[in-house]
Amino acid sequence: MLRTLRVALAAFALGAFSLAHAAPERSVSIGLQAAITSIDPHYHNLSPNNSMLIHVFEPLIARDPNQKLVPALATSWKAIDDLTWEFKLRKNVKFHDGSPFTADDVVFTLNRVPNVPNSPSSFATFTKPIVDVKVVDPHTIIFKTASPHVLLPSDLASVLIVSKLNGEKATTADYNSGKAAIGTGPYKFVEYIQNQHVLLKANYGYWGGEQPWDKVTFKILSNPAARVAALLSRDVQMIETVPTSDIAKFEKDANFLLADKVSNRVIYVHLWQWSDKSPPFVTAKDGKPLDKNPFKDARVRKALSMAINRDAISQRIMEKKSVPAAQLLADSFYGTSKKLKPQKYDPEGAKKLLAEAGYPNGFAMTVHGTNNRYINDDKIAQTIAQFYSRIGIDTKVETLPAGTYFSRATNGEFGYMLLGWGTESGEQGSSLRSLLATRNPEKGMGVNNRGRYSNPAMDEQLVKALVTMDDKKREGLIQQAAETAMNDTALIPIHYEVSTWATAKGYRYTPRTDQYTLAMDLKPVK
Amino acid sequence: MLAYAIRRLGQSFFVLVVMSFLVFLGVFAVGNPIELLVNPQADEAERLRATVALGLDKPILEQYAVFLKGAVTGDLGRSFVFNVPAIQLILQKLPATIELAFVAMVIAVGLGIPLGLVAGLRPHSFLGRSIMALSIVGFSLPTFWVGLVLIMLFSVHLGWLPSNGRGETVMLLGVPVSFLTWDGLQHLAMPALNLALFKLSLLVRLTRAGAREAALQDYVKFARAKGLGPRRVIGVHILKNILVPIVTVIGLELGSVIAFAIVTESIFAWPGSGKLLIDSINLLDRPVIVAYLMVIVTLFIAINFIVDVLYSLLDPRVRLGSAAASH
Repeated sequence: MLRTLRVALAAFALGAFSLAHAAPERSVSIGLQAAITSIDPHYHNLSPNNSMLIHVFEPLIARDPNQKLVPALATSWKAIDDLTWEFKLRKNVKFHDGSPFTADDVVFTLNRVPNVPNSPSSFATFTKPIVDVKVVDPHTIIFKTASPHVLLPSDLASVLIVSKLNGEKATTADYNSGKAAIGTGPYKFVEYIQNQHVLLKANYGYWGGEQPWDKVTFKILSNPAARVAALLSRDVQMIETVPTSDIAKFEKDANFLLADKVSNRVIYVHLWQWSDKSPPFVTAKDGKPLDKNPFKDARVRKALSMAINRDAISQRIMEKKSVPAAQLLADSFYGTSKKLKPQKYDPEGAKKLLAEAGYPNGFAMTVHGTNNRYINDDKIAQTIAQFYSRIGIDTKVETLPAGTYFSRATNGEFGYMLLGWGTESGEQGSSLRSLLATRNPEKGMGVNNRGRYSNPAMDEQLVKALVTMDDKKREGLIQQAAETAMNDTALIPIHYEVSTWATAKGYRYTPRTDQYTLAMDLKPVK
Repeated sequence: MLAYAIRRLGQSFFVLVVMSFLVFLGVFAVGNPIELLVNPQADEAERLRATVALGLDKPILEQYAVFLKGAVTGDLGRSFVFNVPAIQLILQKLPATIELAFVAMVIAVGLGIPLGLVAGLRPHSFLGRSIMALSIVGFSLPTFWVGLVLIMLFSVHLGWLPSNGRGETVMLLGVPVSFLTWDGLQHLAMPALNLALFKLSLLVRLTRAGAREAALQDYVKFARAKGLGPRRVIGVHILKNILVPIVTVIGLELGSVIAFAIVTESIFAWPGSGKLLIDSINLLDRPVIVAYLMVIVTLFIAINFIVDVLYSLLDPRVRLGSAAASH
């Protein structure tokens, strides 16, 4: 009986072994942090979705690992005049079903984008500027805008092109099931199960050349410990968003490689400047409201920025995976001013400035932040509160889940708000416009200006930049606007997040600033 | 019996309506889903469009009325995040959770009752005492921590079991199940054990207490005096009489395991409905939250009903609905 058992076990092991070596298929599994909500590329403008869908679909213009625009389905583009753009499309590109890619697919895509039913966040913002489309020939297309729109190429980089043939009557459900998920990208869609995984297989006829993988599995592993465990047990070969507490371990272990890059996300503080009244949660030390708004005084704002030790936060809280910030994007991005440097840590100077502004004994306030949204957000909030206690401001901390926090922050219920902002366009003009321009929703200005900071001088510079078609001139204007804002401490930039990816030995990932995790950038190494 | 069933049905319906209303109000009070769904880079027009598309521009009572109207025909709304019918999303994920819960209960009951009987009938032996000591460890350890330790031991260091996910599934009566495949069992082993640990310890202690009490009863002495073998004495007389509280606990625990196996599902990335619930709560995906809780309440009601029926079978003194029949 024991003998038959042993023989059976041996046979089983042999079978399993031979099965493992039967197919020399190059497959890889990647552990992701956030769930993907749909395979429909126009349904939900969500970073994890965009990162996944760019494997299957492609835009006219793509972004390289530094978010610089590079040709994809369009080989060249130029502005013929202030309101007209000409795009030349790539020839000999085939969709996954073999049909050819032409300008008709671009027209179909642009018409579809604003009309996806029940979209929680559509891509209409990117196609709205285009008021007229003309197809000159199957590989040349002309766009007309209502007013000069220099960011058109950048906007089009966010719109993935779908096949007119397959997408004609397709709904979001058809994309999720794969029926309509036909793109031109390097990978073909195989399967999508909500909150669980996405399976892709290689598109062998891809115009961009051969890819390193035959099969790619993206697993959704939101729990950070589970994600790390999956990599340690080799269930996946790469994970994104390595928890800061595990970074040291991966750096020391020779069986793993850690890739990191400064991202386009800045962690900053908005100060309540809605009116001259005492801001919410800001009072005198005895609890009575203040007679005026301290945050409207630039000296107080600067003092609050001087009191924060950004290097300490980077070293102690973020395990060096953050870069102290002077503005809204790191220095390598377009529109950042070389003249701006991160505020030096100077608690004595902060106290002096506060006294000068009329608060020699400080005041009391509550620091508000999220606790489940940005990397170590709750720890950063607590650390900042301690810095303020040191300079004489009685500080309390309250952190909330993102679901509760954002609604209340948007309604102006908090005085000192810790927030994050990822600039998807990769240029500082749009971040300045969203966060600091005087709020005017109809004109698209200051849509996320939760502090209601208002500086007409900066607004003017930004508006001028929006209509300046010359790249160099425009950059100069944006830099000026950034300097105006930061010298006035419009908001308090704290740091830029550094994105991390960990790979098992034998795999190398080329990191990106937009935090996307792409199988195309993962290569096997000997 | 019929009157009893109808009355229960009416009560259940009332509970469902009240609960759905409370959840609606609750999510409304927590925050605005639009803040979490709309890409921050989008402009105001986009925000407005999304608000209208999801029906969030109407006053809360009107939104609830729309929901009720749909609920009567079985449409519990579409998920804000995934744009699929909420009930479809939940029913897709529920088999995985139910499978996990059942396997965990099988482990808990299959090990718990025998171990508890041993501990109860031989309380002063070494075996009995060690079983009790281990049961204390079993329900003191947090599920989260035990799960991670299991992964570190069996996946990372020994490499015997996969660290996450569900294994291969085969269709059984139209429902995908994974316990019929070897790969599926490998994936089931750790999460089920993790989930079962607490219930196991609970059942051990409960069974032991019951067995200790029953062993001292007169009818046990008479049964032994009559010459019945130990197997019959324990298996029929003692066991049947201690099962009423145990069945209650099993019923309650089964319900809570199915509904709230969130921690285990998170750690093991088990694609079940618990994980769906916590993600939906974080994203304020109200249709899914409401639909999920309604399904769970229905489940609890069904389980409790079955437990009550089992009582009447186990204990002939219990008559269903007897209190009402008396007037």
